[in-house]
Amino acid sequence: MSDNIVGEKAGLMWAVQISVVALVILWLIPTVGLLVSSFRDRDQISASGWWSAPFPVEETFRARASGDPVQENGVFVIAGSVFADPENTARFPDGQGEVAAFGTRGIEPGAYPAGEVVEIDDGETLVVNSDGTFRFTSVEEPGGRGQRIYFEALTPPEFTLGNYRTVLTADNMDRAFINTLTVAIPSTVIPILIAAFAAYALAWMQFPGRGLLIAAVVGLLVVPLQLALVPLLNLHNQIGIGQSFLGIWLAHTGFGMPLAVYLLRNYMVGLPRDIIESAKVDGATDFEVFVKIVLPLSFPALASFAIFQFLWTWNDLLVAKVFLPSNSEAQVMTVKIADDLLGSRGGDWGILATAAFVSISVPLAVFFLLQRYLVRGLLAGSVK
Amino acid sequence: MAELVLEDVSKAYGPIEVLRHIDLHITTGELVVFVGPSGCGKSTLLRMIAGLERISGGTFEIDGVRMNDVPPAKRGIAMVFQSYALYPHMTVRDNMAFGMKIAKRPKAEIDEAVENAARMLQLEPYLNRLPKALSGGQRQRVAIGRAIVRDPKVFLFDEPLSNLDAALRVATRIEIAQLKERMAGSTMIYVTHDQVEAMTLATRIVVLNGGGIEQVGAPLDLYERPANTFVAQFIGSPAMNLFKGQTIACGEQTVVELETGGTVTLPIRSLEADKGMGVSLGVRPEDLTPSDDAGFITGEVEIVEGLGETTLLHLKNGAESGPTIAKLPGIHRIGRGQSLHLSAGPEKLHLFDPNGVSFLHRA
Repeated sequence: MSDNIVGEKAGLMWAVQISVVALVILWLIPTVGLLVSSFRDRDQISASGWWSAPFPVEETFRARASGDPVQENGVFVIAGSVFADPENTARFPDGQGEVAAFGTRGIEPGAYPAGEVVEIDDGETLVVNSDGTFRFTSVEEPGGRGQRIYFEALTPPEFTLGNYRTVLTADNMDRAFINTLTVAIPSTVIPILIAAFAAYALAWMQFPGRGLLIAAVVGLLVVPLQLALVPLLNLHNQIGIGQSFLGIWLAHTGFGMPLAVYLLRNYMVGLPRDIIESAKVDGATDFEVFVKIVLPLSFPALASFAIFQFLWTWNDLLVAKVFLPSNSEAQVMTVKIADDLLGSRGGDWGILATAAFVSISVPLAVFFLLQRYLVRGLLAGSVK
Repeated sequence: MAELVLEDVSKAYGPIEVLRHIDLHITTGELVVFVGPSGCGKSTLLRMIAGLERISGGTFEIDGVRMNDVPPAKRGIAMVFQSYALYPHMTVRDNMAFGMKIAKRPKAEIDEAVENAARMLQLEPYLNRLPKALSGGQRQRVAIGRAIVRDPKVFLFDEPLSNLDAALRVATRIEIAQLKERMAGSTMIYVTHDQVEAMTLATRIVVLNGGGIEQVGAPLDLYERPANTFVAQFIGSPAMNLFKGQTIACGEQTVVELETGGTVTLPIRSLEADKGMGVSLGVRPEDLTPSDDAGFITGEVEIVEGLGETTLLHLKNGAESGPTIAKLPGIHRIGRGQSLHLSAGPEKLHLFDPNGVSFLHRA
């Protein structure tokens, strides 16, 4: 029977597929949530979760029974519509809506169902009907600014680009976006350039001390970067780089190099020896072998390291805080979100979701652009 | 024109000596085949000639110029690898042009050389394909074409056919033979463990074993006059039968008494001092014929392998060296357990001294 033939579906295939689906869902839930929230109105975000975004939301509003009281049968009556209240005209521009419940105190905004006549103390009554009309009666002439009415009304789902407008234009966020790119791109390109040369030498050139160098690179992989922050910044200050973009490029290059050399060297050493020897016999120097043979064939390794390094430098907060000046001209997005937005707008979920989504959109784009290079089979046809 | 001289060449990896005392002289237009069992150092020797392995001792010259420390590119060689070693990201055309592009030759010259090589190998329809879109035989032809384009003094082939299937191997072997005819002035060195390739392609064969040269000679020379028991058993299939015995008379003719009984008279000269020596008598399976009289071997048939064109008989005759094999032309319906007498013409017999050296080659 064909159960164990290579290429046929194995018995545990369903388990693999379920795991994949589970992982995809696990990853998609917060991302989609962030994306949906970034388009929602801040009041709707606090009223309901992102998964109910397409449905009307029951929100709490308030109005005042203000206006000129009319005397009817010895009581003063104030009538009107809660939707016509100046506080609510922005959300109910046509003055229409549906009241589900109402109340007279802020802590119990939906204490009574619509249409119920409620006795407030000292001879006042209030009723709010589901179409929004209210009737307030009082034995004494109402004074002051009028009775507070709280009510819960269904509001249609509302999507807005306002959050993006705020995030991208206000508060120097556009500047932070550019700054992050300024940090991340050179911090990805420089280490790849240097590491590719080093990896070729460590993989394919004979020289004394090669083994020790490789061991040193592996050893450096496990050194925590926090260890180097202060001495490195000191060094930068002493040699005149100080806190600057050049400084953070150098820092990211240094911190990323061990992994880059290690990954690329391991990939390059796995290239078929015959191809490299064939190129040598064909007259190629080490540099030509590197540029014309090894580099094109190492593209998958280069791409995967580029993705790693770009994501890490894009999302980095710690190195940016240490090596960049703290003024707002040099802030990157992570610093901006952590320092400014979480501080001053901590409650504004719409803005936070939008800022977060803006900051993950570039890594997502980078990943989807480069993932097609992460293919196997680049060596097909060369040997055997 | 290319003349290769290896003098006392050796190779050691640390204390382990893999090649020693290699003396070889290869002249222009030869196709020399290095053959031997795996681990005998034949590929290492080729790679030393290519410049891919350092030469630990001795000298190696091409056209009188010492090559020991010259990089591969400057030796005027081209090499075809067992695994083809095509550049997977380049088209067939770029693969073949690579060497000349590195040498910064004019484009017209490169194009012409590539077209010529492609025509010779019938690769013209595939010039713009990537190696992965080619079959195994086509890939090997590209690898050969890449070598031709470089117009080297010496072609080196490292087991070029061992990755091909049987039918393709035969076809490509013939192509290489034709290629050699067309490029009569080129010198080629070819490494293989397949003695059919060695016998059919070579102008001279170098038999290597355990890091040293056992014998150098023309293919049929090795077959007819092997220098020692190793070459005798390595060349020819099935391997030569060896029987232990003792010389009882010496002179222009040598008389040997076999351990299994019977005496044989050989037309091989021996010295009086050799009398009483323990020798090995060699006879090829295809030289054995059934005879009515006692012959010199009598054995019981153990296995019969009928191949149609030939029949292989494995006979048990009490010799220590295992069964005797006879290769009879045509179909023979012989049952197992049957007793059989075999004989061979005296001129077909080989005689080796206790060290395994042939009496014909003794100093």
